[in-house]
Amino acid sequence: MSVKKVHDDQPKEFKFSTENTKRVEEILKKYPDKNKKSAVMPLLYLAQKQNENWIPLAAMKYIANFLAMPYISVYEVATFYSMYNLAPVGKNFIQVCTTTPCLLRGADKIVKLCKEKISPNENEVSKKNNSSWMEVECLGACVSAPMIQINDDYYEDLDEKSTTEILESLINNKPLKPGSFRGRKNTSPEKIENINGGKHA
Amino acid sequence: MEENMLKKEDKIFNNLYNELGWDIENSLKRDDWKNTKDLISKGREWIINEVKTSELRGRGGAGFSTGLKWSFAPKEVGSRPHYLVINADESEPGTCKDRDILRFEPQKLIEGCLIAGYAVNAHICYIYIRGEYFNEGKRLQEAIDQAYEKKYLGKNACGSGWDFDIHIHYGAGAYICGEETALLESIEGNKGQPRLKPPFPALVGLYGCPTIVNNVETVAVVPTILRRGGKWFSSLGKPKNTGTKIFCISGNVNSPCNVEEEMGIPLKDLIEKHAGGVIGGWDNLQAVIPGGSSMPLLPKKICDTITMDFDSLIENKSGLGTAGIVVINKDQDIVKCMARIARFYKHESCGQCTPCREGSGWMWRILDRVVQRKATYSDVELLADVTKQIEGHTICAFGEGSAWPVQGLLRHFRKEVESRCRDKPLVKKKLNNPYLVDQHLLENKNA
Repeated sequence: MSVKKVHDDQPKEFKFSTENTKRVEEILKKYPDKNKKSAVMPLLYLAQKQNENWIPLAAMKYIANFLAMPYISVYEVATFYSMYNLAPVGKNFIQVCTTTPCLLRGADKIVKLCKEKISPNENEVSKKNNSSWMEVECLGACVSAPMIQINDDYYEDLDEKSTTEILESLINNKPLKPGSFRGRKNTSPEKIENINGGKHA
Repeated sequence: MEENMLKKEDKIFNNLYNELGWDIENSLKRDDWKNTKDLISKGREWIINEVKTSELRGRGGAGFSTGLKWSFAPKEVGSRPHYLVINADESEPGTCKDRDILRFEPQKLIEGCLIAGYAVNAHICYIYIRGEYFNEGKRLQEAIDQAYEKKYLGKNACGSGWDFDIHIHYGAGAYICGEETALLESIEGNKGQPRLKPPFPALVGLYGCPTIVNNVETVAVVPTILRRGGKWFSSLGKPKNTGTKIFCISGNVNSPCNVEEEMGIPLKDLIEKHAGGVIGGWDNLQAVIPGGSSMPLLPKKICDTITMDFDSLIENKSGLGTAGIVVINKDQDIVKCMARIARFYKHESCGQCTPCREGSGWMWRILDRVVQRKATYSDVELLADVTKQIEGHTICAFGEGSAWPVQGLLRHFRKEVESRCRDKPLVKKKLNNPYLVDQHLLENKNA
């Protein structure tokens, strides 16, 4: 159950773009006719994508109308799941995994770097470079710890040096490619000589 | 060194690291979809019996017999359609095996879905992927599209005479949706809060219809089992703990990795042969969490000899869970590690049952006090008591999942915990905190 604050400054209206309206039709086809309510999660994602990565209340009302379900049910879903942002986030939305497997390999150092480079507080959009960061729970890439997610992409096998490079590349608007930053093939075991003990953060 | 390792020809997931290519053409070279039509034509009973012979146990954590689960689905389709739901909401800290199957072996999963769907009379399958795995979901969709192009899915899928469709449904960052009934609620468009069982999903599941929910790895091994025979699978591993399993080894090891191995492999072999050993050597080992964060940790003494299978771990008051092995060496503060896990459960509790909603916060706050050396001896008693009050008093297994790791800590590291406690409470002055407000909210206004 995540604790979330709804943004103070809400837009008055929301409507799906023509392109997204087509996508909605595709989504609705997945579910049985009498269970259109199932589409609420994918539709909230669409709304979030259309509205610069956060969901205004107007969008929830719009979706409630669209799926003929009570507004409060949509509100319930939007506030229950942690991936729905109810307030603006940065164009580069950085999520730092800090659960135990990442913590064991130095996730706290990455949090510190985010505080230095992006903004001193979580969920605070930096003025200079339009980025924001937050701590999240396990992102499910534990053997590639520590790792961060920037928008949709996973940046894995980090240390202090590579994290600094990644964050700076965001500030300079030339984001680095996602993947392993220790040059290994996905989740395969590495040769001992490549690791040399202290290479991780 | 090699003799104890799983033979190459017995590996099921040969493309776990994407060395051979994930797309359908390369998958076909690895024998995916080889004689699927013949397998299906042998009938439901044969499929379920073969899976029973293999003694395959679900890979999602509970370890329930897969063949038995499938046989619970009604034999005839009544007025309600049957559904197959695949649980790809992999969120257990320490676990990342399904991610590699989704990315690199998607055809094994898709073929498994068709076979499982046929066996339980389902024409529609939903794959519930956690929202964070956006790219993995995109990859799976590509793989599904390729399978449709080859006519392996859709009307008369793979020439079997069975119509079968697969849809992907994304979660949105809720750990609890890995619980099967919460997952069904989530697909139905509700908050992911578990349902009271019985009725079990096999009779009343998605949209009130009979539904079989399986983990990704469970379904992905089925085609290989049918092709090579249930006997082959049950010849691997130990009795009642058969077959191969993907282990995820993370934490303080030299070379963290995912690796497929035989069930019942000694934990020490796994860590030393595949993961490059513990950082600082085996003697620097403090504890291991053997099956994802909800399983109690094991101290070094047990790790020396334990084998990795369901039953030996239960004997040692832990569990195989999802086989996400988290190695903690002596450079780490064990209480801090467990306090972080308690914080995870505090964050992820769905809030439905009071013991879990309140108790998970209690456990985190007490452990946090221990880390800061502000706890008293009576706090330790209280902590043990809270875990007992959560365990067994909740609708779903999340209660146990949050209480067990703390119980494990107290069972094996009680001295360590008590050495940081004091007799009298440190805080003497009355804090002006409003009643019933969580401390962490006051500390973190942005949350």
